[in-house]
Amino acid sequence: MVVRRRPQRGHRFTESPVLQLALQGWRSRTVGLLLMAAFLALVARGFYLQVINNDFLQQKGDSRYLRDIEISASRGKIVDRNGDMLAVSTPMKTIWAIPADARTMTAEQKRQLAGLLDMNVRELDGKLASEKTFTFVKRQVSPETADRIGAQKFPGVHQEKEYRRFYPTGDMTAHIVGFTGVDDKGLEGVELAFQNSLLGRSGSRTVIRDRRGNIVEDIGATKPPQDGKDVRLALDSKIQYLAFSQLKAAVEANNAKAGGAIVIDARSGEILALANWPTYNPNNREHLSGAQLRNRAITDTFEPGSVMKPFTAALALEKGKLRFDTIINCAPGRMTIGSATISDAHPHGALTVAQVIQKSSNIGTTKIALSFAPKEMWDMFDSVGFGQAPNLGFPGEVNGRLRPWKNWKPIEQATMSYGHGIAVSLVQLARAYTVFAHDGELMPLSLTKIDDAPPHGVRVFSPQTMKELRIMLEMAVQPEGTAPKARVAGYRVGGKTGTAYKIEGGVYARKYVASFVGIAPISEPRLVVAVMIDEPTGGAHYGGDVAGPAFSQIVGGALRTLGVPPDAPIQVAEAEVGKGKL
Amino acid sequence: MLRFNVILLLIVVFCALGVVTSQHRARKLFQGLEAEQERARQLDVEYGQLQLEMSTWANHPRIEKIARERLHMVTPNSAVTPKGGR
Repeated sequence: MVVRRRPQRGHRFTESPVLQLALQGWRSRTVGLLLMAAFLALVARGFYLQVINNDFLQQKGDSRYLRDIEISASRGKIVDRNGDMLAVSTPMKTIWAIPADARTMTAEQKRQLAGLLDMNVRELDGKLASEKTFTFVKRQVSPETADRIGAQKFPGVHQEKEYRRFYPTGDMTAHIVGFTGVDDKGLEGVELAFQNSLLGRSGSRTVIRDRRGNIVEDIGATKPPQDGKDVRLALDSKIQYLAFSQLKAAVEANNAKAGGAIVIDARSGEILALANWPTYNPNNREHLSGAQLRNRAITDTFEPGSVMKPFTAALALEKGKLRFDTIINCAPGRMTIGSATISDAHPHGALTVAQVIQKSSNIGTTKIALSFAPKEMWDMFDSVGFGQAPNLGFPGEVNGRLRPWKNWKPIEQATMSYGHGIAVSLVQLARAYTVFAHDGELMPLSLTKIDDAPPHGVRVFSPQTMKELRIMLEMAVQPEGTAPKARVAGYRVGGKTGTAYKIEGGVYARKYVASFVGIAPISEPRLVVAVMIDEPTGGAHYGGDVAGPAFSQIVGGALRTLGVPPDAPIQVAEAEVGKGKL
Repeated sequence: MLRFNVILLLIVVFCALGVVTSQHRARKLFQGLEAEQERARQLDVEYGQLQLEMSTWANHPRIEKIARERLHMVTPNSAVTPKGGR
């Protein structure tokens, strides 16, 4: 210890006893350097944090209060032409759990949860026994139930929003509307065909949340969600119901395997109804079979039979080879071409061209057809759309089968004239008949509603030929024709029956496809309706007896629904009153 | 000079308080907006559900069943349809 001495002469501040101690200079320098080094280390650390590692730290900081929120978008609705719902999405909840956390629930809580979810406790335990870090407990839970579950605050049980698709019209429109799978993916029908425009695109926003989880501020740009666009179909749900219920009745009455019906607006080419039987309920798709799922009217082809005859007649009239009343000898009802013999179901004598169509004579049609060069006939079939997909944009559309004319044999040309050896789908057939309804123009078909001017068709036949053909088609539903049962009280209608044998294993079996395709009203055609019944086994198998009555019911109802004024002379109605048909 | 500085200081303090209150008010309003938007979404959902319910009640098979069975209605045929439209 240094002895403190009293200063001798006044104060001498520059003198300190400490200074008098001769400390070595390196000591202070060392301390100074150490301090300096510590400072440098701090600066370096600061530089590292502030400059080099800044992004990472900023991100960590942001994540404490910034949140990216997904804004979900819903799938577009599918509505009919009047705005009636055909498919609509509504929010549901998915209940999911972290099994490790959820296993801490008490037995009482488990019982409650299972009760709310309408499951039994063992089932719930099974799901929670999973070793994974995530398990679905139940999907598609109604929002009310989900709220009640949320209020109970079960440990490890969470919920997430999802959408469920509902089809209010159910089996009636199942084939045309189709359905979606999980995650809003269209799997069939319009749901698949219009997947891109129906699909919603979810948006996102970045927000600041406060301590209590409230959103306090939007940061940066918000990406708005884009809801899927609604699709407005050309379908009229009233007419669809009519077509569906009449088709179902016809299939059941004739004990048939399947059936299809299409109603087309002849003016615009819009598809007003498209029904198939058997069908399914799109809201509950368990135990579905392929037969139920098939949209026969579009994806199945069949040999149409006599419904093709009017096209052959139209070609003859158009080429000027024959007139409406040219007489063709159809006796004796049998005819041999090469090694094959064709015959009429009921032998006829001499018939005019119009009567050939009215009475559906195979011999008459064959004689007409054999006057054409194969290419002429092929061109006509091609120009009314056979052998090419109808371009609806619908999944699974088929081309049908129209073989190239170069290797046609005469017998094939003959059978094709009455609809054998050629395969078409019902929608192709209905579309081809638009030429009769639209004064010779083939109309493009549309699944969706056409709001502006209807599209122009492609001219195939002249209006004069079509006028004569319409008279022939109307004759076919007269008492002398093949389909008196297709008549509609109050309206003039026309059409052609088809009764075709089915091919099984390359040979014609004794199984039939009965069909009827027609237009109405004849004076100013508004509708084209095609009905096809597959394998009727209820006694009758002729198109006029099996498909005709369904056609009559569909057309009558559809014309009334559309408010088309009756065009039949009043006597018809009076005659029916007289017959007691009221 | 001193007095001028004091005035500036007061102005700064005043502005700072203004920023704080307006920020607070903005957040309050923002929360209100959020709540309303949430309500709008809820109502939208409810609208969808009601539409669905309506179309379920109004489906054609049900209407036909009621019309035929409970109200004993029949489809008019041409004999009883007035033809004044033409």
